[in-house]
Formats: sequence, structure tokens, C-alpha cells
Amino acid sequence: MSHTVMQARDLTRHYEVSQGFLKPKAMVKALNGVSFELKAGKTLAVVGESGCGKSTLARQLTLIEAPTAGSLVLEGVDIAKASKAQLKALRSKVQMVFQNPYASLNPRQKIGDQLGEPLLINTHLSAKEREEKVRAMMKRVGLRPEHYYRYPHMFSGGQRQRIAIARAMMLQPQIVVADEPTSALDVSIQAQVLNLFMDLQDEFNTAYVFISHNLAVVEHVADDLMVMYLGRAVEVGTKEAIYDKPLHPYTQALLSATPSIHEEDRRVKIKIQGELPSPLNPPTGCAFHKRCPYATAQCGQDVPQLRTLLGREVACHHAETINA
Amino acid sequence: MSLLQIKNLSVEFGNAANPFRAVEGLDLSVNQGEIVGIVGESGSGKSVTMMAMMGLLEGQGRIVADQLEFDGKNLLTISAKERRKIVGKDIAMIFQDPMTSLNPSYTVGYQIMEVLKVHQGLRGAELKARALELMELVEIPAPKSRLEAYPHQLSGGMSQRVMIAVALACNPKLLIADEPTTALDVTIQAQIMDLLVNLQKERNMALLMITHDLAVIAEVAHRVAVMYAGQVAEEGVVPQLFRQPVHPYTQALLSSIPEHSKGAHRLSTLPGIVPGQYDRPKGCLLSPRCPHVQPRCRDERPAITPHQHGAVRCFYPLFDKEAS
Repeated sequence: MSHTVMQARDLTRHYEVSQGFLKPKAMVKALNGVSFELKAGKTLAVVGESGCGKSTLARQLTLIEAPTAGSLVLEGVDIAKASKAQLKALRSKVQMVFQNPYASLNPRQKIGDQLGEPLLINTHLSAKEREEKVRAMMKRVGLRPEHYYRYPHMFSGGQRQRIAIARAMMLQPQIVVADEPTSALDVSIQAQVLNLFMDLQDEFNTAYVFISHNLAVVEHVADDLMVMYLGRAVEVGTKEAIYDKPLHPYTQALLSATPSIHEEDRRVKIKIQGELPSPLNPPTGCAFHKRCPYATAQCGQDVPQLRTLLGREVACHHAETINA
Repeated sequence: MSLLQIKNLSVEFGNAANPFRAVEGLDLSVNQGEIVGIVGESGSGKSVTMMAMMGLLEGQGRIVADQLEFDGKNLLTISAKERRKIVGKDIAMIFQDPMTSLNPSYTVGYQIMEVLKVHQGLRGAELKARALELMELVEIPAPKSRLEAYPHQLSGGMSQRVMIAVALACNPKLLIADEPTTALDVTIQAQIMDLLVNLQKERNMALLMITHDLAVIAEVAHRVAVMYAGQVAEEGVVPQLFRQPVHPYTQALLSSIPEHSKGAHRLSTLPGIVPGQYDRPKGCLLSPRCPHVQPRCRDERPAITPHQHGAVRCFYPLFDKEAS
């Protein structure tokens, strides 16, 4: 039985933004109470459109920022109460892979040095031991030995993403947060990188938080799914439950908007109007109600809470009636 | 007769001693009222083909073709002055990134009106009325006030709608869309694709869509050309091309999409990457990566040959044994 490596409860992150001189500061509620549990060796996929708070969530999980409210428990340690030394140790257990491998590697450092750096900082290994470990990991992710002395500009996008993944895996972290790791890659390269992700998960039993807007990719990699809209989770559950029968109107719209090659895979198109509202000025009640085809007066007033329905959690007042 | 007829188009960059052929021996025709897709991975020459056609490579690339005709006019020998009368009027283009293709220093209204002034000589109230009509056509909410907006005040989806309005201003016969939805979220992508296809039908326009997203093209196109390393690998009608690809590259591309491997633990991949400037093989361009490679493929380049549903550039196409 795999154990829980990460637990988030009502994770919230607000940012203050200046509206101009003498004007009151506005509050962007980028992340508004998100809870989940991540088990070792499992993948939680976070999906949603730009501005829904996916990347803000990634920054909280990787301890780059501290949440405004809510709790995050990593390996049994509450990060809000952790000491500096504990935090340093925890940081090496959560690693990140970024979207753009052209920007996430240091252009002036050789690949061997970049991969060795996490070991240099976090372990007491000698130079020779570090090189051995780096070379072993390079081989593992499909890079050739001569690549050790090369610079990032000498690699293609797919190879760079392999390097970024290798760097994240160097310390054998419990958790890897991957923020849109394949959206900058071509389809045939995307398939290679996704396979690498899954092979490494099998080998090291790493838990992934896989952030993506591509529902076809998510369906392939995820165990659990969290659909976000404007800083809140609107539907959380196992991949099977949600893909079989999405209950939230936004999840339904998202799935039906995803194009498919074969006619038989295409879902009935649900057209939703308009665009994501500004998080500076979110609508009252359910954040989705202005675009929702089923919205009623209640949706404009009360914020729906997540509740359990048909084996997953969904935040919609009318989930039963619209899916009846 | 086809609206656009390209025969044996090649585009070369670099000096004569060390040329690089970005596009080689490309044939393509687009009829009135038809949606044709060009798909391929980065570096396959899709965008260069379009730039050559629009005359946007002046001074950079050498363009050679047996035929490059639009609406009966030879685009190869046409003067720059003549070309300006066609491009932007009869042939219009929308680009991938709407945020960078609009001029940030001018209002949206000004940019729409500019086209109308230059090509149709409209002035005054008539000009304003037509611009407003175009904004309504592309379903921009509050069109009147949005005419005064600057591009940074619009979202990505709205900017792309403005780009479409600019492109449609002079009722083009051919609309070229280069990755029109790649930078957009999936629900917005669905909205923009809907809009493009409706407008295409309404006006019986020819639409040439360039994209790397096979699923998007599979849903809308009538005919598709698959490009690989500067050549058309396979051309065919939809849905036959997607149901039964005959070129090994098309087959590999389709099977590397997660949608194709539902339930499978790993995606099938094509090893290696697209050959670049200096490592193009002597024989078939796919030969180093092709799973069905034969000795002949390594020595000779195959020519494109027609078959029942299209054309294929392969010595050993994957025809269904029973069907043929």
C-alpha cells in the first residue's frame, strides 16, 4: 500500500496588486482553497485553462512561495511549522520540471555540471561519485555519454526536456511537479518524453503532480484528476470516473472541446460562451455561472462547495439535475 | 481549375555552395470552398511554404517552382506592386500568436480600418460602419467600444478574433491560417475553430490551415498534406488518411498521439528526431527512423506517387493487402 507523500488542505494564495498611486491595493485570489492528497508512485493531474491557478499551485507545492492560508504537509511535516533546516531537507524531496526547456536550463553551464549541481549542494559526495551518478542518470534518460560536456544550445527541445527531467530526478525526490512539461514539444517527441516520465515513475516510485491543459495527455498519464477553474477545484476524482462521466459543466465543456482524430471518439460539443473572468474581479457565487449553460439564480449567489457524488467530488449546485 | 496551384515548389536558404532546402518538390492545390490542412512537426517546412507563396521571403530564400499560381496569376513572375494588390486582399493570412501580430501602438479599430482604406478605398462613416460590421462578424462582445481598445487590453482569444476580422476585411478568396489556435486554451480554441469554419462555409472561401495538431485538422479539413523534413510525405482526403495512413511517417505520427493508445501503458514512438540542415540522409528522409526501412530506401529518394485516396512518397507504402 503506497503511503501519502503530500497533503494539501485549503491551500490558498492571494497576491496584492497595485492599481496605481493612491488607489487601494487589489487582491488577486489566484488560489482559493485547494485540497488534495498525493500517494507515492501515483500521478495527480491538474487541468484547467490559463489563469485558473495551476502554476500558482505549483509554486506553493515546490515551496517556492508560502501559501497565504491553508496547510501543506510533506512527508508528515507541516511546512508552516517546519524549521529552516527541515525546510531545506524537504525542498530536495520536491523537484520541478518546467514547461519551456529552452528557458529552464542555464545556457552557460555544461550539462554534466548542471546535473551535478543538486548533488553538490545537497550531498557530501566527492566529485568522482557525483560524476558517476550523473552519468548513470544521463544513460537512464537516454542521453549519450559525450553529452556530458555539451551546452544546452547544442540540444533539441526533446533532449533538453530529458536533461531537465534528469536534473529533477538527481536527488531521487518523492515528488516531481511538472508544469506543462510537453506542451512545447512536437507530438512524436512528446510521446518519447511521456514514456520517459512513466518509466522513471515505475523505477523510482515517484509521485507526480502533472499540470497540463491537454486532456488527451492527461488521460494517458494520470491516476487522479483535479479540474480547476479560477483558483478553485471544480471536480476531483479518479481519472476513470471523470473521463467516463464528467459531472461538472466545466469539465464537460473542457472534454467536449478537446479535438479527436477519430469521429467515434468525439464527444457531443458543448459550446460555452465567453472567456475566463478576471481573477481581480471574479463573479459572485459560482465562478463559472456566467458561462454555464445550466446556471440559475442560485449559482449567482452561493459559492458551491465540493461534495461527493458518484465516486468523485464535484462543486456544482445542480450536478444531480443536469446529469440525470 | 484550382484556386491555388503549386507544382514542384522548392525553397532554398544559404549560399549556393552550401544550400539548405527547407522545402523540396512540394505539390499542393486548393479549390474554392475547400479546407486543406498542412500538418507536420517543427522544421518540416510548413510555414516556409506559405511565406514563399505570399512573397514574404524576398531576399532571403530562393524560390523555384514549375507552377505557383493563384486565381490564374503567376505569383513567381508578378511584380511587387501587383502582389500587394493580391496579398491582404484576395489572399489573407492569420498567424499563430495574436498577441505579437497586432501592432501594440494602434487601436484595434485603426488596424481593421487600415486594410479597408488601402484595399477598398473606404473613408469616413462608411469606413467606420464596415469596421464595426467586421467586429460583429467575428462575434466580439461590445464591438463599438472595442474598436477603441489597444491590443494589450484584449485577451488572446479576442486578439485572434480581431486578426480574423482584419483578414476577412476584403472578402479574401483564400485564407491561410498558420497555427491559428496553438496559443489558445482549449475552450477558446473550440470557439475560434467554430468561427473560422462557419465563416469559411458562409463565404465559400478556401481555407488553408497549417498546424501541428492532427486532431484539430481531422475535425475540420477535407484534405490533408502531411509534411516531413521539407517534403510532402503523404496527401489524402479526410477521414481516409487518418483511418488508414499509407506512409510510415503518418502512421507513426498518429500512433504517438495519446488518444491513439488509450489504455496502453506506453505510447508508441518514432525513435530519433527530424533531420536538420546537415544530417539529411541520402535516401528517403525518413529512412533512419522508419520501422519498415529497406536497403533501397537508404540509397534512393522516393518520388510522390498518386493512389486511390491521395498520394504518397514511399517505396513500400502500407496499403491494406486485402483492399488493394
